[in-house]
Amino acid sequence: MKSREYQQIDPQALPTPVRTPPHDHPQAGGGDGRKEPRRTPRRKWEVFPGKNRFFCDGRIMMARQSGVFPLTLGLILVTSGLFFIFDCPFLVKHLTGCIPAIGGVLFVFVLVTLLQTSFTDPGILPRATPEEAVDVERQIDDTGNTSYRPPPRTKEVLINQQVIKLKYCFTCKMFRPPRTSHCSLCDNCVERFDHHCPWVGNCVGKRNYRFFYTFIVSLSFLTAFIFGCVTTHLALRAQGGKGLVFALKESPGSAVELAICFFSVWSILGLSGFHTYLVASNLTTNEDIKGSWSGKSGEGVTNPYSHKNIFINCCSVLCAPMPPSLIDRRGLVPAEESAQTSGMDTERPKLNNKSEMNVVGGSLHLVFDVQESCSDFSLLLNQTKTVPLPARSLVACYSPNTVSVCFPVSECCVKVTPLCAVFQLLSKVCIDHAFYWVWLVVFYGVHQAQLLVCLHQAYIMEGNCLSFNKSTEITVFHCSFV
Amino acid sequence: MSSFHNLQELRHSASLANKVFIQRDYSEGTTCRFQTKFPSELESRIERTLFEDTVKTLNNFYAEAEKIGGQSYLEGCLACATAYLIFLCMETRYEKVLKKIAKYIQEQNEKIYAPRGLLITDPIERGMRVIEISIYEDRGSSGSSSGSSSVSDSTAR
Repeated sequence: MKSREYQQIDPQALPTPVRTPPHDHPQAGGGDGRKEPRRTPRRKWEVFPGKNRFFCDGRIMMARQSGVFPLTLGLILVTSGLFFIFDCPFLVKHLTGCIPAIGGVLFVFVLVTLLQTSFTDPGILPRATPEEAVDVERQIDDTGNTSYRPPPRTKEVLINQQVIKLKYCFTCKMFRPPRTSHCSLCDNCVERFDHHCPWVGNCVGKRNYRFFYTFIVSLSFLTAFIFGCVTTHLALRAQGGKGLVFALKESPGSAVELAICFFSVWSILGLSGFHTYLVASNLTTNEDIKGSWSGKSGEGVTNPYSHKNIFINCCSVLCAPMPPSLIDRRGLVPAEESAQTSGMDTERPKLNNKSEMNVVGGSLHLVFDVQESCSDFSLLLNQTKTVPLPARSLVACYSPNTVSVCFPVSECCVKVTPLCAVFQLLSKVCIDHAFYWVWLVVFYGVHQAQLLVCLHQAYIMEGNCLSFNKSTEITVFHCSFV
Repeated sequence: MSSFHNLQELRHSASLANKVFIQRDYSEGTTCRFQTKFPSELESRIERTLFEDTVKTLNNFYAEAEKIGGQSYLEGCLACATAYLIFLCMETRYEKVLKKIAKYIQEQNEKIYAPRGLLITDPIERGMRVIEISIYEDRGSSGSSSGSSSVSDSTAR
């Protein structure tokens, strides 16, 4: 093998995969090849790909859009505060001292469970690593499908003698487990997804459903309790012919409480009742709304997850062991990763000073300085042989769905799924060019891969073999096919 | 095929050839179980019974962690009574079992898998989606295609 001018990039020197704001989606192939200095190891929450916000160094998390969570908190604090300030002294004097005690306990319950619902990981599933995604793709592709239509996006499994369809999640690159749904607001797959609650500013899923249920139940008790107490208070004050207006003037805070409680108690009670029904039948809001088990879609469709016993259902939802958080927020991002096991969606490609990469509109222009002949490299087409990536290859990701690999020409180690597609596409894109070189060799998914194609005059295609001699300038076209 | 004597030797002298993923088995609902089907890529590397034993033991661990019974009811009620603040102080049963699982996997790797050039990754590091088994080839050998020729065949389904 003759020596080449271009520098092979040692993957050990690749910068630690970083992603500065968690919700940014870097443009395909963007930026110049700046080398990033080696930084202190980062925690995984800093590079989390979903739309979440983290506090206290990853201990607390919420959805990025906190919704009306401040309003919820404010209403609860204001109403309870007014209750303790205005109503309790009077009621303690005239009735019993238990009232502030009960109110206090309920208030603490409501506040604690609200905070736990909002700040706990609802059961987010971390996204699949690239190798897993490739493995799943290969299994789908193995049906011998040589046309380029999208492969089936559902998989069927049998649960308790019932056929359940598992859907493929394109963002997370995996088949979703049963009862898992992808929340578009948080951009995460959440296990046993119930709903995204704007009032608590977080998704409600497997891990925080019990907190949420306790929250709404205790809140309905608290609201009803305050409502009852305020009514009693005002009734007592208005006794003796003094009238309601007099009572309200004496205790203006009660008017506010009355209004808030009156308007909210019905919806909160309704919600509690609804969720009690869901808990007793082991359903999620998601399933109930879609009518998955109501028998609309077919006969004999019952909820396969229900234990057919209300008590057991309640216990399995509320008293089951608390599952662990799967996203490991406070773990450290591994600093040394070989190029092929990098779990990041995107990575700035690291280049030497002889080559540069920039994006102009829809095309990518690469300049390499390869001087020597590399004629012993050849790639057989129409072959789906999978071989491992060589150790010294540069891996650059241009978009969340594709990876481009530049491999040293001395090694014929490359995955070529489905290379025949490349040539079909090339014939559409560049008809006059008889010479071209395939650059992209690793696909994430046939159905939505973006293909980078290199064109160069020095490369010759003969029959089914592709070999190249040398190149100085390479132009890459960005194509996509569905 | 060379044999590796311990995990350290495996990591330093071998290069990663391939990874096999054992998927979840949902036939009993959403509880955590992994398929015990023996993947064809491992046929030449490890005995079927050893592999199945490992997966079955892992499944049993997970079943124990997620079991709903008398003790879990008590724990759940106690937790509810304390407004779930108890989760901040105590290690949950699940976490205890996860520690046991991590130890078990470490032990299996050292005794059985590393000498055969394999490495099991704890499923918790993959979000409980898969059991990832990495297949290593000795760097000294030039068998870059030996581990892979079986992969492209339509298989593990």
